[in-house]
Amino acid sequence: MGLEYVKISPGFEKYMPRDYVDLVKFGPFGKTYDVMELGQYKELVEDHPMCAGCYMAYFIRVFYAALPNPEDTIVLGTAGCARLALSQAAVPFVYGNYGDTNAVASGLKRALSIRFPDKHKDVVVVAGDGGLIDIGFGMTMHSWFRKEKFTTIMVDNEVYGNTGGQESGMSPKGVQLKMAPLGKKFDKINAVELAKIAGCVYVAKLAPTNPKRIARTVRRAILAARHFGPTFIHAYTSCNIEYSIPTRDVLADARNREKKDFKFYEWMTDEVKEFLEEVERKEKEVKR
Amino acid sequence: MPEQQRPEQKVVEPEYLLLEAPRERKFITGSQAFAEAVKRANVDVAIAYPITPQSETMHLVGDLYAQGYVKDYYRAEEEYGAMSAIAGAVRGGARAFSATSGPGLLRGLEAIVSWPGHRIPAVLGVMTRVVNAPLSIQPDNIEIAYLLHSGLIVLHAENQQDVFDFTLAGFAISEKVDVYLPVVVATEGFFVTHAKGYVDLPPDDLKLPPRDPYKAPVPPTDCEIPPARIQRDAPVQKSNFMSYLIHAVWQQEVWSSNRRAAKWIKHYLGGLIEVVNPDAEVFIVASGCAAAQGREAQRYATMEGLNVGLVKVKSLRPFPEKELREVLKNAKAVIVPEHNIVGWLAKEVKAVIPNSGIVVDGPRVYGGMTLPVELIMDEIYKAFGIKKERKTVV
Repeated sequence: MGLEYVKISPGFEKYMPRDYVDLVKFGPFGKTYDVMELGQYKELVEDHPMCAGCYMAYFIRVFYAALPNPEDTIVLGTAGCARLALSQAAVPFVYGNYGDTNAVASGLKRALSIRFPDKHKDVVVVAGDGGLIDIGFGMTMHSWFRKEKFTTIMVDNEVYGNTGGQESGMSPKGVQLKMAPLGKKFDKINAVELAKIAGCVYVAKLAPTNPKRIARTVRRAILAARHFGPTFIHAYTSCNIEYSIPTRDVLADARNREKKDFKFYEWMTDEVKEFLEEVERKEKEVKR
Repeated sequence: MPEQQRPEQKVVEPEYLLLEAPRERKFITGSQAFAEAVKRANVDVAIAYPITPQSETMHLVGDLYAQGYVKDYYRAEEEYGAMSAIAGAVRGGARAFSATSGPGLLRGLEAIVSWPGHRIPAVLGVMTRVVNAPLSIQPDNIEIAYLLHSGLIVLHAENQQDVFDFTLAGFAISEKVDVYLPVVVATEGFFVTHAKGYVDLPPDDLKLPPRDPYKAPVPPTDCEIPPARIQRDAPVQKSNFMSYLIHAVWQQEVWSSNRRAAKWIKHYLGGLIEVVNPDAEVFIVASGCAAAQGREAQRYATMEGLNVGLVKVKSLRPFPEKELREVLKNAKAVIVPEHNIVGWLAKEVKAVIPNSGIVVDGPRVYGGMTLPVELIMDEIYKAFGIKKERKTVV
């Protein structure tokens, strides 16, 4: 049904909020926009209360622009910065308890598969480094071991930003943060390798320097999860507040990290590769 | 499993299945009684995690999945994950069941006590077991106290028959539009789960209607119907005023819904309480296994010519406040036997009657030991001013 619920019943247009009418008329539901058209249509997320210069907010904007099927997508998040923007988007959002995203998503995806066996209902977790790799670690890993068919996107700002700047498992070694008064004593956790070992069928790592590439990666991860199993994107989304990155330098910082430990990386199983090549070949044909 | 390979079961209304269908007597364990209820409940998703003494129930539910009675089932990573996944499945429109015990319940508690606020109609079996240290696997029921202040509906089963009836009715009650809350069916581990009792069962080729997630005060998260609103604002990021106002009105509604469950508990289970000898001078008020021992004590006392009554509390939430005030209005003493050290039921009873001084604190056993009827008899004799010499054997 998907699109049907987005439409406004005839006669009700004048009673619906302007914002909603605009979303239906000029939004991405049922259409395909290229990410480079951002700003030329009504986007799924607009207002948000995130900090000026927050690179996570930018990543989330591109993420919503990249959804292959926004009218049949459910996003899950947990405590942390990301949910401040995720909860403002015109896509159903589940905000459960601390670090529970991948367990809730497992139950949700299974329920939707039972009830709608012939439809794609995309379930996407967008949560931070703390939510996925610290407090929710067991649930993240086990959702991958169990081969649950949904996408997990880690927006890694290398810190607990929302609670005031504490060390996380994804903070780089040596960095002095709250709760690490002498500097972090162990290495940044290698989430990408964990994802591969745990059974993800598509794994990518990126710094958000290239919107087209972010969009393509998000789209690939979601499409692959529909058919083959868990997919994972590790995105560097710096915290300009806790890491004192001047607002004008956040892109430069991302480019710098891209040269070091966030070089674009993409890995997928052979069957996912074959599938995505086929999907993308067909899309090109349509465009021609 | 394709639909046509599932066992054939006719869908009937809960009224027929629970109240009218012919019943056949079986001699089964409490764990089997849980599974027999799930078999007839048209469950979509069951999620398991091992802990003694609960495990056997979810083994049996796993067998039901293998046979096609339950559509999806898995062994979760641990209880927080299991209970979170239950929330996800129910949000997605499925009917869901899980069960746990003692430490497992406490591990899952953050998720479980948020189900009412998230409006998650599910059924959870709680087979009590010692929590806290020193460790024991025995059926102390202190964990029930942790469940009473969260908005959950909490039923406490005395025996295997109650387990079956409460669990099956639990699914019907939890999904009522004016309730829409999770139902906990608690019972004592081992005493009920691993012991056999007579259970009258309706035929197993009947089942409840499937869950209709659109018959709901809160829509499912399935992108199929207009959402109550596309969530553009999370309360937590509004001003403090908005944040506490929204929480306050939402929780008021949760607790109003909890109270509204009372009429459905009466409808399907005959009342929040059961009273034996309503004209008694001295009452035993008990729930779960303590009610079974109280029942024996009431019988002994009657044989000895003492006017003793029993109030079995079937529903701990909603708590039968009016009912207890009415039954106990002429009582001289109220004895509250319990399987825990804190006496949560005695506190509840004291809080709802005007003359709480008549409540006797106990007898209580804890650590999961059995509750001898003699301990209750001692309190009955005291209440009647009868002095008894206790024969010491050792």
